[in-house]
Amino acid sequence: MRAACAALLLWAAPVLAQPAAFQVVGDTIPASLTGTPGDAARGRAIVTTRQRGLCLLCHSGPFPEEPFQGDLAPSLAGAGARLTKGQLRLRLVDGRRLNPATLMPAYYSTEGLVRVGRAWQGRTVLSAEEIEDVVAFLVTLQE
Amino acid sequence: MRRFATLALALLALGAGPRSGFETMTPELQAMQRDDFANPGMLWVAEGEALFQRQGCTGCHTPAQMVGVAARYPVFDAGRDGPIDLAGRIAQCREQRQGAAPLPTESPEALALAAYVANQSRGLPLAPDPDPRLDPARRQGEALFRERRGQLNLSCAQCHDDNAGRRLAGSAIPEGHANGYPLYRLEWQGLGSLRRRLRSCMVGVRSEPFPPDAPEYLALEAYLAMRARGLVVETPAIRP
Ligand code: HEC
Ligand code: HEC
Repeated sequence: MRAACAALLLWAAPVLAQPAAFQVVGDTIPASLTGTPGDAARGRAIVTTRQRGLCLLCHSGPFPEEPFQGDLAPSLAGAGARLTKGQLRLRLVDGRRLNPATLMPAYYSTEGLVRVGRAWQGRTVLSAEEIEDVVAFLVTLQE
Repeated sequence: MRRFATLALALLALGAGPRSGFETMTPELQAMQRDDFANPGMLWVAEGEALFQRQGCTGCHTPAQMVGVAARYPVFDAGRDGPIDLAGRIAQCREQRQGAAPLPTESPEALALAAYVANQSRGLPLAPDPDPRLDPARRQGEALFRERRGQLNLSCAQCHDDNAGRRLAGSAIPEGHANGYPLYRLEWQGLGSLRRRLRSCMVGVRSEPFPPDAPEYLALEAYLAMRARGLVVETPAIRP
């Protein structure tokens, strides 16, 4: 019985997981969502992988190995020089807090969405760890 | 002076009017669409022509009567008290007027018949049915077009009105007009319906596509026809 309950909880956990609480200060989320710093190399992989980050659908950036980059959004080149870690984090987590009409998806929110596909319901686009990895990577884009 | 004014008006109209997805394709794909011997969609048209004869459509219609039909659809259907599209009409004729088993939606036969009928209007400007009873569907379609949806929270309008002509990764974003369907997509390696295109765009933003017979599709189709008014029918178009 205990084992069955544990198994059910494990199975249910990722589906029901709500984004962890975070605090917005001005136009930033100053604190890491996980309490630990992310990994820039993993972050780069997320940004450049079409099915994971989806970033290059809209953005371009210093990724010479990626022939197909979008032009719906500002280049990610120099993002780390223009914006602080906390500013980058809020723009990824939920840019609607700065610009309600933004084209950019909120990567760490399940709120205010309509007809989310069955496979994606109750899930954020990226996990807290992945957000931190991407933030760690964007900070390195200094020019 | 008059001539200048007319010319200026014509140019203005060119600049402001809807632009077909054809115009942003590579010259190679444009040539493929234009050449009936290179356009793979013409195989479906030929198949549809044979079916039009074999399945008894000619009992009620001549091919000449099919000219202009696709340019007008969707139209109002009193029996359904709502819009009906070309594929729906073909299915309705078969079931209600011929008493035959329905052709499965989007089956090769259904696509071929629709391609053949729509091809009879190729080159004619889209002239949507002005019937005001279609207005509620058109309004619903426009609202659906503007509504943000899916995990990525994007609306049709954000891509096809606001960002048409830009690049979504490798793909040029067209204005999203429905003037070439059914059409041959290289990515599909086959002929596909407008419904299939709409489903792909919905799934692309990680939203739940509407169920197969949902009225939302007809509403979107009725709005898209109005939005593309004046573009010529290209069936069977080619798209990347
Ligand atoms: C559907 C389009 C879209 C996607 C996908 C997208 N963005 Fe954005 N992003 C935008 C737009 C548009 C802006 C401009 C600000 C605005 O409109 O709110 C922006 C702004 C930004 C900014 C601020 C840039 C600056 O110089 O101010 C950063 C950083 C950013 N995005 C990073 C990312 C990353 C990293 C990803 C993927 C994990 C991503 N974006 C995915 C559209 C997108
Ligand atoms: C994130 C961007 C995006 C969104 C949102 C989107 N589309 Fe599209 N759509 C595209 C792209 C890109 C293409 C071109 C196909 C390709 O090359 O992959 C396309 C193609 C089309 C076409 C075919 C155009 C042609 O020339 O044949 C139609 C019609 C269309 N979309 C309608 C819609 C509708 C209706 C919606 C909303 C339910 C929608 N789209 C949402 C990006 C989008």
